[in-house]
Amino acid sequence: MPVVTLQRKPLTFLERTYLPQVAAGLWTTLKHLLRAKETLEYPEQRPTIPPGYRGVPTLVMDPNGREKCVSCQLCEFVCPPKAIRITPGEIASDAPTAHVEKAPKEFEIDMLRCIYCGLCQEVCPEEAIFLQNQYSMTGYSRAEMVNNKQRLYELGGTLPDQHFKWDQKKAAAEEAAAKVHQG
Amino acid sequence: MIDLWNSLPSLVQGILKGLAVICVIFPIAGASSMAERKVSAWIQGRHGPNRVIVPWFAWMPFVGRFLQRLGVFNLLADGGKLLFKEDPLPGHVKKFFFMIAPLLGLVPAFTTVTVVPFGAYLDQAGQLVPLMLANVDVGILAVFAVASLGIYSMILAGWASNSKYPFLGSIRASAQLISYELSLTLSVLPVFLWINAPGQDATLSLVRAVEFQSGTWQGLTFASWGGAWFIFIMPVSALIFLVALFAETNRLPFDMIESEADLVGGFHTEYGAFKWSLFFVSEYSHMVVGSSVFILLFFGGWNPLPWLPLSTLAGWLHLQHWPVVVGALSIVIFLVKVLFMIFFFMWVRWTVPRFRYDQVMRIGWQKLLPLALGNLIVYALAIAYLQPKL
Repeated sequence: MPVVTLQRKPLTFLERTYLPQVAAGLWTTLKHLLRAKETLEYPEQRPTIPPGYRGVPTLVMDPNGREKCVSCQLCEFVCPPKAIRITPGEIASDAPTAHVEKAPKEFEIDMLRCIYCGLCQEVCPEEAIFLQNQYSMTGYSRAEMVNNKQRLYELGGTLPDQHFKWDQKKAAAEEAAAKVHQG
Repeated sequence: MIDLWNSLPSLVQGILKGLAVICVIFPIAGASSMAERKVSAWIQGRHGPNRVIVPWFAWMPFVGRFLQRLGVFNLLADGGKLLFKEDPLPGHVKKFFFMIAPLLGLVPAFTTVTVVPFGAYLDQAGQLVPLMLANVDVGILAVFAVASLGIYSMILAGWASNSKYPFLGSIRASAQLISYELSLTLSVLPVFLWINAPGQDATLSLVRAVEFQSGTWQGLTFASWGGAWFIFIMPVSALIFLVALFAETNRLPFDMIESEADLVGGFHTEYGAFKWSLFFVSEYSHMVVGSSVFILLFFGGWNPLPWLPLSTLAGWLHLQHWPVVVGALSIVIFLVKVLFMIFFFMWVRWTVPRFRYDQVMRIGWQKLLPLALGNLIVYALAIAYLQPKL
């Protein structure tokens, strides 16, 4: 690689007084003074949350209004700080969602333990738990900082579902049963 | 009202003037510190303090919110905090000197305020009467002599603190301040050579300096020099004075005394709430007095524009018979200029990086002092040549 010698021109007399450089600096800072400020004035102005942001974990419902979690407890086992506590439960056989295997009786996430890693979202086979946009959570007691099932579904809302796998499974089972009947 | 004033015994007059200095300079210093925070924030793209509000101001529709955004009430919050905070007196300091050092700093800072004129009015005979607390004839000499005493408080604070960082800070402070004193005083001598023509009574008064810049436009003759401000006639003097003033008030780029990065706080490291705020009151009042002297000597004092003196403006507005209004107008003009200078101090602070100790010494002794001497000689010769013509 050829060596390029940098020519440093000696400073002119005016440059050696540093006054032109100071004046140029003053002009720059004056422009900054008159410019709009960079600061985001929280809480009046909120930051824009990018997609894929890992906020507070929430449970979601599908567009048909069914709660998607089936209490498989995979998220409870994968959670590194063991923030999730699930009590699985039965679904009554006369309920409209009886074709789903089970649903959680209790589902608690202790936000004082949660590290917002998103492993529960990655591992969930039902796409039921999502880390959404809430970034600020406070409370006056430790009990307040534990999100129970009702709160989790409140925070989660409804997200679109591309699969409806239990309904598809139910439809496929009914078709198979109909074919058996016919045949 | 002037008769009422003159009838008071001089001791009462003196006490009232002293109280006036304290009651005016403390708020100015506080406001300067708030202005510093806001201006430095704006230059850096931030907002600065804009949340503090006193409850009954929050109800006022526009003014309350405007003042809140401007951070004006933060001054009250800061003042209250500094007053009620625990004032630390570490065990390892020399207690008596530790406690009197900030007071020793305040005394010269406030005393110089008394000899600086801040306005003028036209009395019945049309003569310009300056507004100042003590109209001494040695104006500028009194300012320089008393202001130099401010060094002692920094040296004493650093010594009494009995600790590394304050000690180094006060050593640097004494070196810097005495280095730039000479250039400071030499740079204003051409102004006083010009003012004191041979055959007249000699004076060092700052009022005469402003009077000399209160001429009108007389066409392209030598007589028009009477109206030009000294910054146009003696720009190099003004520049040397400005640089030396930055050094004397410990403002960036000559900030190495308090260079927070390497000295924590310099001479005021061990100081806490109220004593620390007294150091800053004295620093800001030195800034205000220095700016005032600069304005009086080089920027025409209370004259609105070059070649437009105060008396002409009063004539245009038909205010000759209302000395109170003319006085208020002159104070307003003077204050606007001083405030611009203080803004300039803050503007430069956030533009230029700090000089190193050796750079400060080199500039003080090897660059500024020869320049000031050369400037003096050049102007002495020029005035000797031109004086008969003027």
